[in-house]
Amino acid sequence: MSPLSRREFVGGVVAAGAGLVIGFYLPHGSESKKKSFSPNAYLRITPDNKVTIVVARSEMGQGVRTALPMILAEELEADWNQIEVEQAGASTLFGDQTTGGSASIRTTWDPMRKAGAAAREMLISAAALTWGVPRSSCTAEGGQIKHAASKQSLAYGQLVAKAATLPIPTDVPLKQSKDYKIVGQRLPRLDSQAKVKGEAVYGIDHRVPGMKYAVLSRCPVIGGKVAGFDDKESKKISGVSYVGKVGDSAVSVLADSVWGAMAGRRVLNVTWDEGPNKDLNTAAVMASLKQAAAKKGANLFVAGEPAKVSGRHVSAEYELPFMAHAPMEPGNCTAHYQGTSCELWAPTQVPQDCRDSVAQAVGLDPDQVKVNVTLMGGGFGRRLEHDYAVEAALVSKATNVPVKVLWTREDDMRFSTYRPMSLHQLSATLDGSGYPAALTHRIIAPSISGQKGMPVPNGVDPDLPDEAGPVYGVPNYLIESVIVETPVPLGWMRSVYALQAAFALESFIDELALSAGKDPLQYRLHLLEKDQDLPYFTTTWKTSRMRGVLQLAAEKAGWSKPLSPGTFRGIACFGCFSSYMAEVVEITMENSQPRVHRVVAVVDCGQVVNPRILEQQIQGGIVYGLGNALRAKITIDKGRVVQGNFDDYAPLRMEETPVVEVYAVPSQESPTGIGEPSVPPLAPALCNAIYAATKKRIRVLPILSS
Amino acid sequence: MADITLRVNGSEKKVSVSPETPLLWVLRDTLELTGTKFGCGAGLCGACTVHVDGGPVRSCSTPVSQVAGKNITTIEGLSAQGLHILQAAWIAEEVPQCGYCQTGQIMTAAALLAKTPHPTDEQITQAMNGNLCRCGTYERIRKAIHWAAEGGKNAGREIATPGDGKSEPNGGAR
Repeated sequence: MSPLSRREFVGGVVAAGAGLVIGFYLPHGSESKKKSFSPNAYLRITPDNKVTIVVARSEMGQGVRTALPMILAEELEADWNQIEVEQAGASTLFGDQTTGGSASIRTTWDPMRKAGAAAREMLISAAALTWGVPRSSCTAEGGQIKHAASKQSLAYGQLVAKAATLPIPTDVPLKQSKDYKIVGQRLPRLDSQAKVKGEAVYGIDHRVPGMKYAVLSRCPVIGGKVAGFDDKESKKISGVSYVGKVGDSAVSVLADSVWGAMAGRRVLNVTWDEGPNKDLNTAAVMASLKQAAAKKGANLFVAGEPAKVSGRHVSAEYELPFMAHAPMEPGNCTAHYQGTSCELWAPTQVPQDCRDSVAQAVGLDPDQVKVNVTLMGGGFGRRLEHDYAVEAALVSKATNVPVKVLWTREDDMRFSTYRPMSLHQLSATLDGSGYPAALTHRIIAPSISGQKGMPVPNGVDPDLPDEAGPVYGVPNYLIESVIVETPVPLGWMRSVYALQAAFALESFIDELALSAGKDPLQYRLHLLEKDQDLPYFTTTWKTSRMRGVLQLAAEKAGWSKPLSPGTFRGIACFGCFSSYMAEVVEITMENSQPRVHRVVAVVDCGQVVNPRILEQQIQGGIVYGLGNALRAKITIDKGRVVQGNFDDYAPLRMEETPVVEVYAVPSQESPTGIGEPSVPPLAPALCNAIYAATKKRIRVLPILSS
Repeated sequence: MADITLRVNGSEKKVSVSPETPLLWVLRDTLELTGTKFGCGAGLCGACTVHVDGGPVRSCSTPVSQVAGKNITTIEGLSAQGLHILQAAWIAEEVPQCGYCQTGQIMTAAALLAKTPHPTDEQITQAMNGNLCRCGTYERIRKAIHWAAEGGKNAGREIATPGDGKSEPNGGAR
């Protein structure tokens, strides 16, 4: 055996278009790249046989720190027990690191597989060279390369030096799904133990020596500004060391403890310039949507010519409110500005946005800002903003100390970015059997991206292509979007526009089915009976796959069997983030309120990477969707958000939580989204069940206030 | 400011804080025990639950002066050695998603089991209803409490979830 070379590997080959990123990711500058094999940014193997997989998406509970490494480990033929996981901070090596749009698996599926496969092939070559045998006689298995004929084997760690001298292959064979050993397994999450012991470090827990704590007093009126402030009383509070403006609309109080900062804020006297929105309320926003509905919008999907179809015409309008994400861990960020650099410890879904916006705010270049991504106590889209990071950096710059900015729950509720309020106009022209010969869905809502100054190409909010696609094979079918401006801050909240579109469409379809005297399941299946491709932006929705989830949901729920007296059910389906979902909700009515006992949920999301995590995501999405449907409503009055905490914005609790049964349609298609698709069908399935129970049609969410 | 002696997880800790400071912030900021979480600051979510003389208490709404001299237990001190059976149960039933609320959930559940070793579903709901989870892990929490109440005797058995063996995600091919 030749002595192992210790030559430092320098990545120089870029596999263009192959999604294989070449380079090194060096966390915290501590890990030496010497002696290790790191054929790409996702992987590092050291001579001590440690296999480190880098996760370039943020962990907010959805399981990326387990599921993404599984994908790479599968192709690497690694021993799962030797895997260590490392969180990437903001980097230039991984492309867009945004964690959102149910996209972590679907966008890293190819790069992670190719990264693992390339390393595997190089390790095989290294072993073959070491032994002087043909590559084809060597196999990779369980973290070793084996040579069956000579019964030799070498662990990956023993091969790293040799492997690091080899060229990186650009065209690597990927495994077939039938050969998977890790992908598709119910592997336990890697982060459970730390979380149950209280050892997991979230953003709020991160400490930096000398760190102080800041809370901010923000203008209660949307768009208002600081006119002036008097900090005399604040500075009398023990531990308060600084009071100062942050941007135009907030004043921060810095102290040596969170409680000191909060106490200082309580006695801070700020006068506000309330600005142009001081009379704004939610009724006025809805009125503006209704007014805008008269305008022609942008066509999202067009089949046939709905306007030219004659027959009986029916229509209905549906309304949805502003909603807040309210993740359990309130907003926070720790920043240390040091003149020519700024380091952040951010619970964020957008490390690169944090880097860039902080750089701009404090006057540094982006590469002078280092963003460490911490664990997150939920995200649901709230941490797609970067306000918390900019605040922390500005206060650190103003005070020359490391600063943790912490939002209270009231701050989170009142200064969030909200799921847009929306109005939906559904209309259909019916054929002689009561089926829609034409169907039109008009979505009247503000554009989240538009409000943030991001591109809205051809008048189409860039989220709608993932979230408002066609469901049924109706020959004349129009989906149209009308954008309305609002001063209320908008954000991407779990399933974004899909929750709205599904509520309106799937309630309306139920209304049509019942008015035609048909079973809601059979009615839907009839509209899906022909195999059709429904091309919608970059997705091609297939009626066959939607039919598949509906049929399996009906079967598992026992749709054809009678329910016990007093129990009622509703069904709904929808597709978003390229996944198909159907849900059956069973309820009883107690004191005129629905009580959900059971939800059967069926998803077709292609290849399942980890069924255990998939069940968590679907169960969680249904609990989130049920809370949204029952009570979630943010109200604006006199320009201010009314709700402030979990009493007046009350999420679902254990007593209201149903049993959720989860089924996945077997598939070897590439994986599609799973974090969000279970949210949208819940509200319409529930409202359809309520109609079955009460003959009362709910067209305005939330249910308990309409 | 006042000098206060606390008994946390079996050891005496002297702190110098203003007496109205909620116990939560003394634990987190002064004693660096960050397993106890801030969620609402108003006793509405339970993320900050600790035990005071064995009973569950919302540390965000408990002035530190009220608990001087009492036995305070946080998640870090729940088990003197290894995992508490509820922590093992939480792992076995794969309860945590984001995990942020789970230390508070476990502290509430531990207080329940100390008083009611074999709780019914209804007793579990009653005890746990004050603890919010935005990931929606409630049904697995219920299962985990039953698992622990049964002494973990189902340990090693594949966790029975409704999807098991029926849906065969990706199919029976493997």
